[in-house]
Amino acid sequence: MPSLKDIKKRIVSVKNTSQITKAMKMVSAAKLRKAQEAVVAARPYAEKVQDVISSLALREDADAHPLLGARGKNRALVVLMTSDRGLCGGFNSSITKTVEQFVRKNTEGYEAIDLMVVGRKGKELLKRRLGDSFVNVHENLSGNINYATAQLLGQEVVDGFVSETYGAVYLIYNAFKSAMTQIVTIDQLLPVVPKECDENTLVADYIYEPSQGDVLDQLLPKYVEVKIFKGLLESVASEHGSRMSAMDSASKNASEMIGKLTLQYNRLRQAAITKELMEIISGSESIKG
Amino acid sequence: MAEKLQLEMVTPYRKVLSEQVDEVTAPGTVGEFGLLPGHTPLLTTLNIGELSYVQDGTISHVAVNWGYVEVENNTVTVLVETAELADQIDLERARKALGRAEEALKTLDSDDKQFKIMEAALQRAMIRIQVAGRGH
Repeated sequence: MPSLKDIKKRIVSVKNTSQITKAMKMVSAAKLRKAQEAVVAARPYAEKVQDVISSLALREDADAHPLLGARGKNRALVVLMTSDRGLCGGFNSSITKTVEQFVRKNTEGYEAIDLMVVGRKGKELLKRRLGDSFVNVHENLSGNINYATAQLLGQEVVDGFVSETYGAVYLIYNAFKSAMTQIVTIDQLLPVVPKECDENTLVADYIYEPSQGDVLDQLLPKYVEVKIFKGLLESVASEHGSRMSAMDSASKNASEMIGKLTLQYNRLRQAAITKELMEIISGSESIKG
Repeated sequence: MAEKLQLEMVTPYRKVLSEQVDEVTAPGTVGEFGLLPGHTPLLTTLNIGELSYVQDGTISHVAVNWGYVEVENNTVTVLVETAELADQIDLERARKALGRAEEALKTLDSDDKQFKIMEAALQRAMIRIQVAGRGH
């Protein structure tokens, strides 16, 4: 049976925790708004690039450019995006779970699957089970996402593909739907997937300037960068959204807990008073008698 | 002219333009080119330079960084890394960048990796100043 003092102490500590979770929720809400704006602003560009590239991939033969066709090497690279900090609900675990499933499902298809991890949490969560397959870990990116970061990552991916280290590259990240919902998405980065559309709408004679090869050379790495950029932005927005809802429910749980503890505290206090009264009365009764 | 071109200009950070225009002139890698309604499908890369478009008789200028243009069905899609309209350019900053780039270029060797980067920076700054000059 806890004493009155113990319960009081617990109430204070739960209150402190709830103050922290409330503050974190507010911070995440503010950051979420900014991240969300960035995602929305980046979408038109990403969509346009995607449109251009996929119609391009449809028109061209797979051997027109190294990034369009599957390479000989049967090795895959998975780029996964997690957060650097914890306390954001199921954000990181859902990603790592998907990655694990993906790796297990595809072990037969590929001779090896390497992982390129963005975010400290992803590294920590997967180190024990899949640590051997890490090729590169990028930490502390999520603070300021800019296009240059994506270019850096994109370069790495493209180099790996062109040098025939990898036959396929996948991107696994949390797509941002709303503050409450994030959807774990598996995207094939390379080789480029052609868009589905019917043959009639295709324009046969496209003019390329300066030449088809040059245009493809510049465009395709861009495509990878843009995809990664969009993934990073979505991932950051999802992280904040996820943390916001996690902290919201933590705050709710804390206030519920405080209510329960206060009830218990009051009951105990009342019992103590009643007990004291009984003692006094029975004492005076016995003197009287 | 009844037919118009739909000009869409986007950067990774935002959508810059979405307008109905009569004519577009863009700095292609192999030289400046003009686009009119009814142009054949085209895909080309852009240099750092000045893109201008005519809308109801008035010309507007935009400073663009590396990117590319796709033309299809009278829709001109311009995808660039940065794009600044004439009135958005910070002339002071552009002048400073120009000075910095010039300084750096004096000290660097022409086969240095940095040389190309600074050269591009110089070009960007010059274009900015040029475009800003036209806006006023």
